[in-house]
Amino acid sequence: MILNGEPVGGFAGETVAAVLVRLGLHTDARGVAVAVDGEVLPRSRWETFALPEDARVEVLTAMQGG
Amino acid sequence: MADHSRPKRATIAHESNGRTPDAPISPSDLPPPASGIPTPDASFAAPSPDDLTIAGRTLRSRLLLGTGGFPSLELMAEAIAASGSELVTVALRRVAVGESQSGGSLIDVLADADVQLLPNTAGARTARDAVLTARLAREAFATDWIKLEVIGDEDTLLPDAPELLRAAEELVDEGFVVLPYTTDDPVLARRLVDVGCSAVMPLGSPIGSGMGIRNPYNIALIREAVSVPVVLDAGVGTASDATLAMELGCDAVMAASAISRAEDPVRMARAMRNAVEAGRLAHGAGRIPRRHYARASTSDEGLPEF
Repeated sequence: MILNGEPVGGFAGETVAAVLVRLGLHTDARGVAVAVDGEVLPRSRWETFALPEDARVEVLTAMQGG
Repeated sequence: MADHSRPKRATIAHESNGRTPDAPISPSDLPPPASGIPTPDASFAAPSPDDLTIAGRTLRSRLLLGTGGFPSLELMAEAIAASGSELVTVALRRVAVGESQSGGSLIDVLADADVQLLPNTAGARTARDAVLTARLAREAFATDWIKLEVIGDEDTLLPDAPELLRAAEELVDEGFVVLPYTTDDPVLARRLVDVGCSAVMPLGSPIGSGMGIRNPYNIALIREAVSVPVVLDAGVGTASDATLAMELGCDAVMAASAISRAEDPVRMARAMRNAVEAGRLAHGAGRIPRRHYARASTSDEGLPEF
C-alpha cells in the first residue's frame, strides 16, 4: 500500500479508521480527509472500508495556507 | 475613539455588488454609533447596510485573511483578531507518516477565533487535482465553500485560465460555492461568473510578490463586468494597496503574506483592516476629479488689494 506517497506494509485489510489511529489521528478529527485511489472516501465509510493491499491512500489535514 | 466611519456606510450600500441602487435610507437603517471594535453582541445584530454578502452569507468585515506564512499559531490568532476578518483560508496537505501529529491545533485555533473557513486548492496544477482537492476539503471542513486555485506557472504562480474555468464549472455543478483566484482579465472573470462562481478573486500581482495592483484599470473593468463580489487577491504588499483596491470598487480584499510575513504581523493586520475600511469609504464618498491645474480651495471673493 502507498500511504501519502510512501510504501508501507502491514495495513492491508485494515479499515481507514485503523490507519488514522496508527497515524496518531482521531477518526472524529476535524480537518482530516482521506482519498483512496484518487477518490474521496467519505467519513461515513472510514469505519467499514477495508483497504486493499495495492491501495494508494492519501490522508490529508488542515495546514496554514493563503 | 469615536468612529465616524460606520454611520455613513449606509449611503454606499451594495452599490458595487451589482445590486439595485438603494432605496432611500431611513434613520433606522443607520447603524448605531459604535466604537471601532465590535462587541460580541454586535456580531449578532441585524445585517448593516454595508455588510458584504457572498452566496447569501453575510460578512461584516471586507478583509479576508490567509493563514499561510505566520511564524506561529499564536501570532496568527492575534493577527486574525486584529484584522477583524471573519473568513480565513486554509489548505490541505499530507499528514506526515511516522511523525507525531499536531495538525489538530490549527483547526482548534481557528475555531477559537470564531472565523469561517475558506479552504483553498493551493497546489493544484490541473482541473482534476483542483476538483479532487475541493471534494476533500468539503469532507475535511464540512463546508461547500472553496477558494479555487489552479496554478499554471511555477515562477509567477499565475492561474491556468482554461483549467480554472473547467474546474469552476465542475465544482459549481457539484454544488460548491466557488471563489476562483483568477487573473486580472475581465473577460475571464465574466466567464467564471457565467459558469456560476459566487465571487471572483482577481490578482493585483503575483502571489506573495507584494507588488500591489499592477493594472488598476483592469481591476476596475472587472468590477464593471460582473455582478458578484470582487475580492482583490494576491499582490497586496502594504495598506495602501488594499485601500486602492477598495477605491477601485472591489468589494473586499484578501491578504496573506502581506500580513503574515510583515515584521509585525499584528500591527499590519490592524493596518489592513483600517485600509480596507478607508478605501471603502473613499469609494462611496465620491472622490474629486483629477485636474491638470490647481483649483483654489479658498474663494477670491473679498480678497483685499494692497
